[in-house]
Amino acid sequence: MDRSLERIEARIGMTLTAGVLLAGMLVAFGGMLYLLHHAGQPVHYHIFRGEPGDLRTIGGVVHEALTLSGRGLIQLGLVALVAEQLVRVALTAWLFMVQRDRVYVWITLGILAVLAVSLFRNG
Amino acid sequence: MNNLEFSSYLLIVSYIAGFLGALTGLGGGVVLVPALVLLFRVDIHYAMGASLISVIATSSGAAAAFIREGYTNLRIGMFLEVGAVLGAIVGAFVAALLNAHVIAVIFGVVLLASAYLSLRRNEETESDRPSHPWAMRFSMEGVRPTLTGPRHYRVHNVPAGLGLMGLAGTLSGLLGIGSGAVKVLAMDYAMRLPYKVATTTSNFIIGITAAASAGVYFTRGYVDPGLTMPVMLGVLVGSLTGARVLGGTKSHSLRIAFSLVILALGIEMVYNGVAAAV
Repeated sequence: MDRSLERIEARIGMTLTAGVLLAGMLVAFGGMLYLLHHAGQPVHYHIFRGEPGDLRTIGGVVHEALTLSGRGLIQLGLVALVAEQLVRVALTAWLFMVQRDRVYVWITLGILAVLAVSLFRNG
Repeated sequence: MNNLEFSSYLLIVSYIAGFLGALTGLGGGVVLVPALVLLFRVDIHYAMGASLISVIATSSGAAAAFIREGYTNLRIGMFLEVGAVLGAIVGAFVAALLNAHVIAVIFGVVLLASAYLSLRRNEETESDRPSHPWAMRFSMEGVRPTLTGPRHYRVHNVPAGLGLMGLAGTLSGLLGIGSGAVKVLAMDYAMRLPYKVATTTSNFIIGITAAASAGVYFTRGYVDPGLTMPVMLGVLVGSLTGARVLGGTKSHSLRIAFSLVILALGIEMVYNGVAAAV
């Protein structure tokens, strides 16, 4: 029993590390492409215009990233980082399931549902 | 300033923010937004977007190490996260209704409060009174590793902790920060958890809370890839090195120095927000 708990905790830790590494590499790679093409341009972040529609939805971000646009790849890395939080909560629910702690399985699944609705309905 | 220069400066400042945030346990977001707004003249909505994402990256990077050490209490974390997640969604929606000056002033006030809380913190707040009934009902009591072997701890005032967590979540969604100071306040001061349990559990759930607002931030166009890229990478690497350099050692004078920086930024944010609105 205890050993299987440790295995799941280790898996949560590994998922977190791997997810951050993957997201970080996507962002860094996209960032290099982006700066390669836009290094000399002036920046104007002092006026808020909001992102173009394509970078506001998950489908749009994936589409942009597939064209190997630097901004698209960075955004994909950022979405991946957010999605990883859902995996983290799901693994925590599994941990409680193995412990047969029904109350916490429900609490954790409730949080997972709220996160999923928030990300997929908005993102 | 062209894009390459801008990104390089941003990378350096974010690295420092992440490094100091990890050393002092206050997190990087709390100085990042004011730095972006005051130094780099970035609109506060973009600054909040970049900061929120960095908070998720930092939490994920640090949590992996902390779970292994055995301090993180996942039950307490998930129970309190119910309040934080709901608060975060409310906060993110409210952020869209307020104009930039109002957000700047609220941000400044939160900075002042964080600096105050961090300066007056007591190190040991554990108590021998029996745990709160909710803590028993939801089996929150835990065991933490100490030098003399595992030690049992009790959990107090759960409703106050849950309420403060709702507030922390709302501020997180409203301002794009991790609200680590309020989360630690909930667990350390209200629930009387051992300090290391409070900080590591807070660190574990900060990323989950921030993820709840992230959907709204993406949809509203607060997350700009060009701006977020150097900020996220800088904060992530900075916080990982910060945690490694002083993992566990007490850095009292550093925390006081950092709190004073936060205090100054808070005053500047309030002043700027009010001046711009008049």
